[in-house]
Amino acid sequence: MTSAVLRRIAPARAVPTTLHPAYALALSRISLSFGGIHALREVSFQVVPGEIRAVIGPNGAGKSSVLNVISGLYQADSGSLVLGSQVFEHVPPQALAGLGVARTFQNLALFPSLSVAASIAAGLTFQRKAWGLAQVFRLPNARAENRAIANQVSEIAARLDLTPHLDRTVSTLSYGLQKRVELARALVARPKLLLLDEPMAGMTATEKAEMAGYIRATRDNAGLSVILIEHDIGVVMGLSDRVAVLDYGSKIADGTPAEVQRDPGVIRAYLGQEAA
Amino acid sequence: MSAVVDTPLHSPNYLRHWPLAAVLLIAFIGMPAFAPVYVLEAILLPFLALALAGVGLNLLTGYGGQVSLGSAAFMAVGAFAAYNIQLRLALPLPITLLLSALTAAAVGLVFGLPSLRLRGFYLAVSTLAAQFFVQWALTKFGWFSNYSPSGVISAPSLSWLGYSFDSTTARYLLALSLVTLITLGVWAFTHGPLGNDLIAIRDNETAAQIIGVPVLKTKLVAFAVSSAIIGVAGFLWAFTYLRTVEPAGFDLDRSFDVLFIIIIGGLATLRGAFLGAGLIVVFPLLLSRLSALVFGGMIDSGVLELVQRIILGVLIIAFLIAEPNGLAAILDRVKRKSARNI
Ligand SMILES: Nc1ncnc2c1ncn2[C@@H]1O[C@H](COP(=O)(O)OP(=O)(O)OP(=O)(O)O)[C@@H](O)[C@H]1O
Ligand SMILES: [Mg+2]
Repeated sequence: MTSAVLRRIAPARAVPTTLHPAYALALSRISLSFGGIHALREVSFQVVPGEIRAVIGPNGAGKSSVLNVISGLYQADSGSLVLGSQVFEHVPPQALAGLGVARTFQNLALFPSLSVAASIAAGLTFQRKAWGLAQVFRLPNARAENRAIANQVSEIAARLDLTPHLDRTVSTLSYGLQKRVELARALVARPKLLLLDEPMAGMTATEKAEMAGYIRATRDNAGLSVILIEHDIGVVMGLSDRVAVLDYGSKIADGTPAEVQRDPGVIRAYLGQEAA
Repeated sequence: MSAVVDTPLHSPNYLRHWPLAAVLLIAFIGMPAFAPVYVLEAILLPFLALALAGVGLNLLTGYGGQVSLGSAAFMAVGAFAAYNIQLRLALPLPITLLLSALTAAAVGLVFGLPSLRLRGFYLAVSTLAAQFFVQWALTKFGWFSNYSPSGVISAPSLSWLGYSFDSTTARYLLALSLVTLITLGVWAFTHGPLGNDLIAIRDNETAAQIIGVPVLKTKLVAFAVSSAIIGVAGFLWAFTYLRTVEPAGFDLDRSFDVLFIIIIGGLATLRGAFLGAGLIVVFPLLLSRLSALVFGGMIDSGVLELVQRIILGVLIIAFLIAEPNGLAAILDRVKRKSARNI
């Protein structure tokens, strides 16, 4: 079965809803376990259009699991989520891009042997119509499509200051640049919802500031919603509109950065981790 | 002015294609005119068939990361399909070829289905099933070889539009043209979005799936196209080189030969398939010449074959350890060094 077929099936499994029209994404009571480990326990939270929503918590709290459930890599044991106007119990991962969701990964998930340009262009593959022999023979429709995609790639590359690196092979780039290529690949298709799993981990302070700038600029220009997982509390407080805090798979706090920072439960979770 | 040297990608320098032009000129005009029949028959014809099989497997394994041990099976399907189509339908040669390639593609597609679930070692084992199944079916059902008692059939002569391809030169030019055309097509395939999809899936399947690369479709297309090309290679092997069609010509050894060709030549390069095929074809000939020269025919052919296998094995291990990117990478280095010395 091809993914095109699956993409057509996916909306049929989802029923239109008027429950959460104001949300770009709403998780409701998502639980997930691995054997005996409860990675997520009845986690609910919402993302409104245009907001940067941080998810924080100690190591192993379940932050990446949230993103993996949203992107369909993990299947929740119970609960459901609303994406745009569709309700899902399980999101089909191959339909994700078509649903307007893009993501980056905690450990880079790039294509090391492709060029930067080809890597970014891969983010538009799901929109391609010219395929097969049309591409082999470079028929006019294929050439036109490739040109249009190349334009979109150079546009996003210019915005993320990647233009000088477009012809380089991804594996030859520094870690910071690779993180940026991954962001460009996620942004090139103009998603409505962007999931970022520790986009600044392992970066220098300068690189972090640059990355924060790119994320904020994208949100401001394109009006997309962002879920941001980040350990650097300074970055989180400066960048996000609202923060959800996870600990041992449960959501223990949710609110503006200032509210969350004052929350006794949050302080305990973080101090507890430090004491351990 | 070293900046100019550092940015080869931006200088549209068509002169850098002169080595390819020279090779094509020699292959199309020089060889038929000057090469002795022995060279065409014993070296170039098997070289072309195996190089094409290498190109086909490289598409699947080098670019797509799907390991296959069933190459000889798809070669056999191509050869037997061509034989039966010619025998039973008597269609023009290009259509016979096209239908044989499609038959090989269909069989490849069936045996490619496990690739949607299996990876690496397990996939390799499941393609091994293709190898044994096809050989078994071709031997078991006499229909495929038109009930020839020995199972060996001499390939019918090839002709199209009143032109016969029976002479050595004609067979050579037919094989060379097919290999050139198909390689060009594969080049266009791999150096475009489809090739990038394949590489993306090979490099990181999860990421490819999440961003919407059609993983299943691309994998199956890779299996089908690769098998079709290998099927044509099988046609060339049987019709232009051996001039007989028999299941034994497409045994597991041949599958390994094709795999070794792309490992030694270099995965995910088209040149690699040609370099590797050259080595696989020429090396045994050189070895037997050498032993005849040194030992004067005292070594029997069984021992010689054993020695040949051992050296080949050592060579492959050496390549895997010292130069996983194969002869193509070595050639690149030599070229860069000589360019610097000019
Ligand atoms: N694929 C998996 N198989 C088994 N256990 C898993 C898997 N993925 C996550 N877990 C477990 O689920 C829990 C939550 O993991 P998760 O990766 O979501 O944490 P996290 O908050 O992202 O942590 P970190 O800050 O270290 O990235 C952990 O106990 C982890 O070991
Ligand atoms: Mg994580």
